[in-house]
Amino acid sequence: MTAHLLDIRGLTKAYPGVVANDDVSFAIAPGAVHALLGENGAGKSTLVKMIYGLVKPDSGTMTLNGTTYAPAEPRAARLSGVAMVFQHFSLFEALSVAENIALGMENPPRPRDLSDRIREVSLAYGLPLDPESLIGDLSAGERQRVEIIRCLLQDPKLLIMDEPTSVLTPQEVEILFHTLRTLSAEGTAILYISHKLEEIRSLCDAATILRLGRMVGACDPRDVSASDMAEMMVGKSLAVPGRAASAPGDTLLSVNALTLPAATPFGTSLKEVSLTLRAGEVLGIGGVAGNGQDELLAVLSGERRTVPGKITFQATDISGTSANARRAAGLLSAPEERLGHAAAPDMSLTENAVLTGQSRRGLARNGFISWSRARAFADEIIARFDVRTPGNGTAARALSGGNLQKFVIGREILQDPVVLVVNQPTWGVDASAAADIRQALLTLAENGAGVIVISQDLDELLEISDHFCALNEGRLSAPRPARGLSMEAIGLMLGGAHGMREATIAAEPHGASA
Amino acid sequence: MIRLEKRPTPSRAWALSTPILAVVLTMIAGGLMFAALGKDPVEVIRVIFWDPLFHERFSGFLRPQLLVKAGPLILIAIGLSLGFKAGVWNIGAEGQYIMGALFGAAFGLALYPSENPLIFPGMIVAGLIGGTLWAMIPALLKVFANTNEILVSLLLVYVAEAMLASAATGLLRNPDGAGFPGSRNLSRHPGTDNPEIFAGTGMHWGVLAAFIAVIAAYVLFQKHTLGFQIRLAGQAPRAARFAGVNPGRLVILCLGISGALAGAAGLFEVSGPAGQISIDFNVGYGFTAIIVAFLGRLHPIGILLAGLLLALTIIGGELAQVLLGVPVAAIQAFQGMLLFFLLALDVLANYRIRWKRGALA
Repeated sequence: MTAHLLDIRGLTKAYPGVVANDDVSFAIAPGAVHALLGENGAGKSTLVKMIYGLVKPDSGTMTLNGTTYAPAEPRAARLSGVAMVFQHFSLFEALSVAENIALGMENPPRPRDLSDRIREVSLAYGLPLDPESLIGDLSAGERQRVEIIRCLLQDPKLLIMDEPTSVLTPQEVEILFHTLRTLSAEGTAILYISHKLEEIRSLCDAATILRLGRMVGACDPRDVSASDMAEMMVGKSLAVPGRAASAPGDTLLSVNALTLPAATPFGTSLKEVSLTLRAGEVLGIGGVAGNGQDELLAVLSGERRTVPGKITFQATDISGTSANARRAAGLLSAPEERLGHAAAPDMSLTENAVLTGQSRRGLARNGFISWSRARAFADEIIARFDVRTPGNGTAARALSGGNLQKFVIGREILQDPVVLVVNQPTWGVDASAAADIRQALLTLAENGAGVIVISQDLDELLEISDHFCALNEGRLSAPRPARGLSMEAIGLMLGGAHGMREATIAAEPHGASA
Repeated sequence: MIRLEKRPTPSRAWALSTPILAVVLTMIAGGLMFAALGKDPVEVIRVIFWDPLFHERFSGFLRPQLLVKAGPLILIAIGLSLGFKAGVWNIGAEGQYIMGALFGAAFGLALYPSENPLIFPGMIVAGLIGGTLWAMIPALLKVFANTNEILVSLLLVYVAEAMLASAATGLLRNPDGAGFPGSRNLSRHPGTDNPEIFAGTGMHWGVLAAFIAVIAAYVLFQKHTLGFQIRLAGQAPRAARFAGVNPGRLVILCLGISGALAGAAGLFEVSGPAGQISIDFNVGYGFTAIIVAFLGRLHPIGILLAGLLLALTIIGGELAQVLLGVPVAAIQAFQGMLLFFLLALDVLANYRIRWKRGALA
């Protein structure tokens, strides 16, 4: 075996109250694609932040190319040949691709030279991208390419990728994997963080598994089954959500050819959206975020109202009714953005329980809030959905993303909805909590409610949906039965003509157009 | 290097102790300023904070002034705090205060010389209406034309001042006043006067109204859904919309209530301590109330205490001018320091200061 590119020995990092990393050791070979696996809170992020120089380890050593490596800041890490693509992009929407890349460089070359370099790199690695286009006009997949190209221009020896596929369509994932394999063949090592096990099995040649900050295993993902890896990751076997089959009931909610202009310059307008939801049905709506998901939720929750005759709920036209009137009637929702939309960050969990629970849980009489009932409701959510928090007086912003998500979903489910609309219900939630949330949604449908799940996670949608629609650029496809739907078919529903163009470009041999 | 780190939960201890700390720091910094002016800092601070209440000769006269000055400040600040919590910035309470006084005085003077006991309640209603109408201008412009309520409400103060001058010299001028500007004296006429409820305490009906407003606001924020919606809209506007709060309705409500209370404060002043409509009737209560609202952390009880404290510095400041010859500007700077230190220390409730060793590599 060749010498290691990066050798990590006994890295430990403790924060007040929690040991994020406890004596973690592993090594990455040059050109290897190394997976870092673990649930949320397992310590993956802290570990890569130490490698990238954002966090200083308490103890332990790192060796890069045989020399001691202790980056004081990301700039030092980049100079040593370590680059990172973050899960959340830091791009300016109103600037062009080239301008955004120039902003991140120490000594940016002249704009024209930079544009040429970007074109060169994007062709060489099959990442089609126009340096002059505005970030605001790009899809999430294209934005990620900007971040990747920004890294590749530094000619890195180690590329760290934090959950890169969570925002991509299946076709875009293929393009990305193609790029990563090319890089690996050229000798660039890749540290790949994900909790999607099938991806790791098809891409990576080594894996390190973390749980609660400790290294609990290492394996060659090509030889180990996904369920075995999941067990190592979670520490127990996961129950697959399920429910008894039921015949579809009456129509609860229908949307009829709804067209709605975008509320903000970079928002998406909804175009001729129609859907029907029956009692006991789970309707999955897939698609990459930014294609009208937020707008669809806002128009169903009542945050935005429409012209009459567009939305019918239990045979009543609710197109113009307020969010609270819809809630009282039994149409509940949980938006994607937890902090600031589904919950007020600085308010306590009790106050956040009042946020939507007022009418259906009788938390207010004649305009006066009963705080004792509100506390009881908050405690009920906390207990039933296993929300980890010191108490109902804790501010929402102090909770971890997964815990707050459990609280938000639980708050709506415990209000006994007739129809529940959720956007990204398990985004950033660890595997066992995600399974709990999915099970709760299925149980809700089993008891006769209608559930709409808007999600980017296609595996999740296929697991729990009865019907599947794709939302792309504000258009909703016709529903298809989710059972037996192949990933390829979904990809075509999702990508539309836009995604196909990119897939064809990527399929061309490199340099053909140079 | 100093770094600010956001606290996971706002610190209650800091939120409660920063006003006291701000007062202490103001005394220190103000003391240095007074020393630089050649005055004995300890004596000036004593004259400002101690003598109005306990001076042998002056306190008998000055003590009632505390409630007279604090009353309108508290009443206006309570109204403003509703809007400030919701992110609706009414900076024009001074104008609404003037319009309340004009409407109320006009109602009382129209029925002169009747001494019907229903006139004063009628004047209060007129004052509430005057302030509300004046506040509706920025409110409706914001909701329907998306204008900035800070600018509109502020500029309307100057319009109101012009109308006050016009009324004092024209429409409402005392016909028996030998041509001097200013209206008839309302406080010396039974039926239009706002007397002290307990003689010698300074406690007139406006002070009582201020105390009632404090209690009402306390209940509103602790118990009522409207108070909850106001806080929600200020902290997380998107979550407020999700919770069914109508932002436009909230703007109209907050500006309306703050305008009404400022208008009432104007009416109580013109029919009581000021006595008449005159060109220089307004003395800046509407602006000082902004300081009171923030000094009291937009909390009703805090505003009550802050109103009393600021009234004390106003009375004490005037005393210091008379007794020690401290310039007016220095007194104003002293009051400004109070707000400055409070807002600066406010950061500590939400952030932790970290002293980071070692410079950047």
